[in-house]
Amino acid sequence: MTLDQLPARRRATITGIDWAALAPEEAKRLRALGIDVGAHVAIAHRGVFGGRDPIALLVGRMTLAVRRAHALAIQVQEA
Amino acid sequence: MTRLRTAALVGNPNCGKSALFNVLTGARQKIANYPGVTVERKSGRMTLPSGEPLELFDLPGSYALDASSPDEEVTRRVVLGEFAGEARPEVLVIVLDAANLEQHLVFAQELIELGHPVVIALNMVDLAERDGLVLDPQALSESLGVPVVPTIAVRRKGISELIAAIGNAEAVAKADEHAHRRPHLTLPERRLAAQNIAKGAILSETAQHRLHARLDKLLLHPWLGPLILFGLLFVIFQAVFAWATPFADGIDAGITALIAAAKANLPAGVLRDLLTDGILTGVGSVVVFLPQIITLFAFILVMEQSGYMARAAFIMDRLMALVGLSGRSFIPLLSSFACAIPGIMATRAIADPKDRLTTILVAPLMTCSARLPVYAVIISAFIPERSVGPGIGLQGLILFGLYVAGIVGAFCAALVLRRTVTRGDASGFIMELPKYQWPPLRDVLLGLWQRAWIFLRRAGTIIFTATVVLWLLLSFPRAAPGESQIEASFAGKIASGLHVIVEPIGFNKEISLALIPAMAAREVAVSALATTYAVDADDDDAAAQGLIPKLRAGWTLPTALAFLAWFVFAPQCLSTIAVARRETNGWKWPLFMLVYLFGLAYVFAGLTYWLAVAAGL
Repeated sequence: MTLDQLPARRRATITGIDWAALAPEEAKRLRALGIDVGAHVAIAHRGVFGGRDPIALLVGRMTLAVRRAHALAIQVQEA
Repeated sequence: MTRLRTAALVGNPNCGKSALFNVLTGARQKIANYPGVTVERKSGRMTLPSGEPLELFDLPGSYALDASSPDEEVTRRVVLGEFAGEARPEVLVIVLDAANLEQHLVFAQELIELGHPVVIALNMVDLAERDGLVLDPQALSESLGVPVVPTIAVRRKGISELIAAIGNAEAVAKADEHAHRRPHLTLPERRLAAQNIAKGAILSETAQHRLHARLDKLLLHPWLGPLILFGLLFVIFQAVFAWATPFADGIDAGITALIAAAKANLPAGVLRDLLTDGILTGVGSVVVFLPQIITLFAFILVMEQSGYMARAAFIMDRLMALVGLSGRSFIPLLSSFACAIPGIMATRAIADPKDRLTTILVAPLMTCSARLPVYAVIISAFIPERSVGPGIGLQGLILFGLYVAGIVGAFCAALVLRRTVTRGDASGFIMELPKYQWPPLRDVLLGLWQRAWIFLRRAGTIIFTATVVLWLLLSFPRAAPGESQIEASFAGKIASGLHVIVEPIGFNKEISLALIPAMAAREVAVSALATTYAVDADDDDAAAQGLIPKLRAGWTLPTALAFLAWFVFAPQCLSTIAVARRETNGWKWPLFMLVYLFGLAYVFAGLTYWLAVAAGL
């Protein structure tokens, strides 16, 4: 499933990333922040005002803000 | 003669680098720009244990050497010694967040691979312990092959050890024969290595219920989070008006006393008039707003240093996305409430060029502190001081309304710009949300001092010059008896021309006159009005009277409201135009900014005036 479908506060592992679906600069930034195949992630919070955007993602010991569009390009497997 | 030794602090964003820089250099800091780019160049002096001075640089936070933003580009070029005119720092002080080693060690390894003398500051070990992490600096030092010093910058722990290590770094590096045989790794290899090194350095890890997770649950709540943010913003604007008033009154009384003393003790003449009616009245009417500016900056600094600012960006991302921007634009725009100059400079953190340009173009719509003097004087003069609810004053409410008008204006402008001149793909939003931290009082005070100083320097240079020039233009040629001094003066003649243009929107002669020098900086409008009315006063008693009663006597309410509406939009700030030119590398965009903002100012001031007149105000 994509990261977007992962229920909040469930741990998962990134199994694949569709880098081509991401803007090159954003792909670079995500990789620099530790978003890569094999990384353990969990969604801590998502959305304001009842929407599904943005997403507060736990990566390692960091909390990252990303958009739903990024999450749609990331494949995960629940741990 | 030996050259001054240099060292640089480098590390990921949010590693506590700036707090460390403040502790190491104290108030002995120099803030300038790197030549050719507008990235802040922060340097300061520190003293090594040998008594030798050392120049320390605080390089922009970076995740890797392959830069993607102008800030990171500076870090890369300085570290590699490729920045013309900047010597490569002899020692790199790599600052790591102890609570996030797996991430911060990735960039650290890349820096160590360069083979230059290195010291590692294992910073914020207290926050790591709060999270239940106990680290072994010795193990970290052995696996990295470089000295590691645990520090807590905000509590000044480990600082003397770090200074000693910086002093020894070159000797240690020379003794290390492996230095030039370090392997060069790829990013995934570095990441794997970082995880293993971190694992080896962590002595124990207890799963504690982490404070910041609980705070995030509240502050990032889909409905409560935005409510808390807007509540906070409202409190800030009420505080700016209410808390700062006694201090402003004190400064005002001091200046009035100075003017009275000058009048009593100096011989009458042109020079005395220049000092009292020109310099003291003009500069004084701006310095009076220092307390309000400090109050606003205090809130912004605390929000930044506590880690809340990034949460505010997270909450605002949804709204910003509606107009084609991202939460990243929130920080430059919020900074623009204090001053558009740091705001526009802060847009460098926005990676997308179209996104960044849009943010630059709308930043001047945010109500900067220079508008505060203008708003404050007009509100005090024309809006009655009464309560419209518990703890809510009408004056504060109007001020809040003006801020909202600026925000709404900026959003609408961004929406239109993103569909016309800065059309492009919707931007993304990727941002680290740092750990919450109690903002260190010393760093907040230092930041306040630096900003207050910038403001006072402006008052002492731009505003001083504008005031003196205006006074000269207003005072010469001398009016014949019975003729108004303003009508007769050079400035009066220039204003007559401008007056034809602004009369339809309700502006009188004095306003036309004030708008000219206010091109230098908005707050000059207040000093210009003060100077104008002081010059025009028939006798000293009338001149000594404050500006507010004169405004009440001379202006109608529709004129005052139109004047407020004008300043919501008008780009009356030479420094902003200059910064926009530098940041966009040319005159095209600053000129565009001038035209569209003056157009908006004219239309909205006019609408306000005509509606107010029609409503019988």
